[in-house]
Amino acid sequence: MMRPSAHRYIGLSERWRAAWRSFRIATWLGWQIESNWTDPFLFAVYSMLKPLASAAILVVMYGVITQAQFQHPVFAYIYLGNAFYIYVGAVMTGVSWAVIDDREHYRTLKYIYVAPVRIPAYWLGRGVARFLTGSFAVLITLTAGVLFLRVPLHPARVDWPLFLLSLVLGVGALALMGLVLASISLRVAHHFFLIGEAVAGALYLLSGAIFPLEVLPAWLRPLGFMMPITYWLELIRRSLLGDAARAFPTLAGFSNGQLLGILTGLSVLFALVAAVVFQLCDRQARDRGLIDQTTNY
Amino acid sequence: MAADLAIETHQLGRIYTIRNRRERRIRREIVALQDVNLEIPRGELFGLLGPNGAGKTTLIKILTTLLAPTTGWARVAGYDVVREPHSIRPRINMVSGGEASGYGLLTVRENLWMFAQFYGLPTREANRRIEELLCRIGLADRMHTKVSDLSTGLRQKMNVVRGFLTDPEILFLDEPTLGLDVGAARDVRRFIREWMDAHPNRTVLLTTHYMMEADELCDRVAIISQGRVLACDAPEALKRRLQRDARLDIEITAPNSLTAAALEALPGVRKAVLTDVEGGARLNLVLEEDSVLPGVIQVLTEHAVQVRHLTKREPTLEDVFVDLVGRTLADSETGGGHGHGS
Ligand SMILES: Nc1ncnc2c1ncn2[C@@H]1O[C@H](COP(=O)(O)OP(=O)(O)OP(=O)(O)O)[C@@H](O)[C@H]1O
Ligand SMILES: [Mg+2]
Repeated sequence: MMRPSAHRYIGLSERWRAAWRSFRIATWLGWQIESNWTDPFLFAVYSMLKPLASAAILVVMYGVITQAQFQHPVFAYIYLGNAFYIYVGAVMTGVSWAVIDDREHYRTLKYIYVAPVRIPAYWLGRGVARFLTGSFAVLITLTAGVLFLRVPLHPARVDWPLFLLSLVLGVGALALMGLVLASISLRVAHHFFLIGEAVAGALYLLSGAIFPLEVLPAWLRPLGFMMPITYWLELIRRSLLGDAARAFPTLAGFSNGQLLGILTGLSVLFALVAAVVFQLCDRQARDRGLIDQTTNY
Repeated sequence: MAADLAIETHQLGRIYTIRNRRERRIRREIVALQDVNLEIPRGELFGLLGPNGAGKTTLIKILTTLLAPTTGWARVAGYDVVREPHSIRPRINMVSGGEASGYGLLTVRENLWMFAQFYGLPTREANRRIEELLCRIGLADRMHTKVSDLSTGLRQKMNVVRGFLTDPEILFLDEPTLGLDVGAARDVRRFIREWMDAHPNRTVLLTTHYMMEADELCDRVAIISQGRVLACDAPEALKRRLQRDARLDIEITAPNSLTAAALEALPGVRKAVLTDVEGGARLNLVLEEDSVLPGVIQVLTEHAVQVRHLTKREPTLEDVFVDLVGRTLADSETGGGHGHGS
């Protein structure tokens, strides 16, 4: 019973190594699952048609309402917002879906839990594959926009450092939001399948993807200002379009540096929230025996 | 010394609270485990034997850090299951029988490799062990088969390999032969026994509701029913509790002048019943000890009675179970692996 207390805690470096290991293997597994296409050709067609179809709906609606003013800066604003919003659903779902998938479908969640796996790192890894397929969809959508709709996006005029930095920060924030959803899924043993898509859908209107926050009722606006996605989309637009991005005045008063600062701050906040929520949900799931509970749908 | 204990529990208990979906105030409590005190030293193959709903899986879930106890405490490899799960997890592994888990889209080898990776096993070592273990359990020819193409039983064999693959200090096997056919169950039992023989400092905690399995495999067995441990000892010792009443069924030639009373007069003979059957008689004896038997035979010889057939009914674990629980385990069970010692 009397052990030196040093033995009771595993070292920090071992902790990071376990986290990296968990992330790496989960990425591999996520990719195996995501790329498990019975028919690669059909899959390719599907993954091109899906984002293009959803962009087309938006374009048609815009065209009807504005009588085809595709040169107006508002069009580029909407088109880019919609294109990059693909990441929101993809990353948040990718990360949070792993819980349900492992528990209900593969029935491996308990074995992963019993193993020396850092669960949050594992979930983040499971999201990587969806990030990659999401990137493909974003790229397709952007290409179509540039080729057919004259979205004023010129590779030579893109602020690449700002774009990459914003992308990394934004996707990081999305992954952390996915982690919160994953923890909640762990705690809720019922059908909770499309939580990622559902939350992404709800936030679509709240984060200035296709219209500015000013359109929202006053009481909803603060929620929009709390979402990292809002600042992220603004940064993406600015980095890709330059001044043309300032179609709406919502965030016009902020410099790029300020926006980056806010995005970083919100990401750190979400990291803390994710850590707390995970601890809480993990403890409750173990208290209630939810880790291997299946709903047998 | 506690330091040599692989598993230690103290007054361990678990109550499940079931909330009514519609009315949250209505709650029902199920006592799944109660006052469980176990000390399992390293190197032991320990069995938990009990009927459905006894609390075996609940105990395994607590010890593998999947479930928190509601009372008492438990230590695995010296670490507290609630406060130090991260110190326990690298040292243990677990396999549950009777379920089809695994990533169907991966091959057997990939599945096993992936779990080995979680434990930080280098790929080469992992592959070496995977091949070796698959060979020994009789699954080598399926190494490159997709898991979704395996039958449930073969998947279970793969999962057993997954448990042993990481060479855990303490391995938890929850009904590892559940649902396997007789041959596959034998393969798995042999596999477990061989592994224990090859790794004398490893510990296995195994649950089962097959008497024969507990009897054949385990160094010690705890009989558990309705969340309580009713007895805990080596199978032989458990049976020995009933062994004083060793029962003998003897077929003899015509009894001549022999009477049951004459036999009961012998010291150590508890009971003797003499029944006439066609062409001879049957003698049912209850002896205090085996050593009384030669005296009985001598009396038979003195009366010119010959023994045609003698059956000694050793008490089985089943008898122990009935004695403790008051009903047979077989009542609720069906299927393979079940047997009596004789
Ligand atoms: N998640 C749960 N919620 C409520 N009650 C539960 C839960 N899990 C188990 N129980 C109850 O706890 C008791 C013990 O169950 P447990 O699964 O530990 O038994 P077991 O010995 O493993 O049985 P079996 O041989 O059928 O596997 C049973 O009465 C069971 O109904
Ligand atoms: Mg069970």
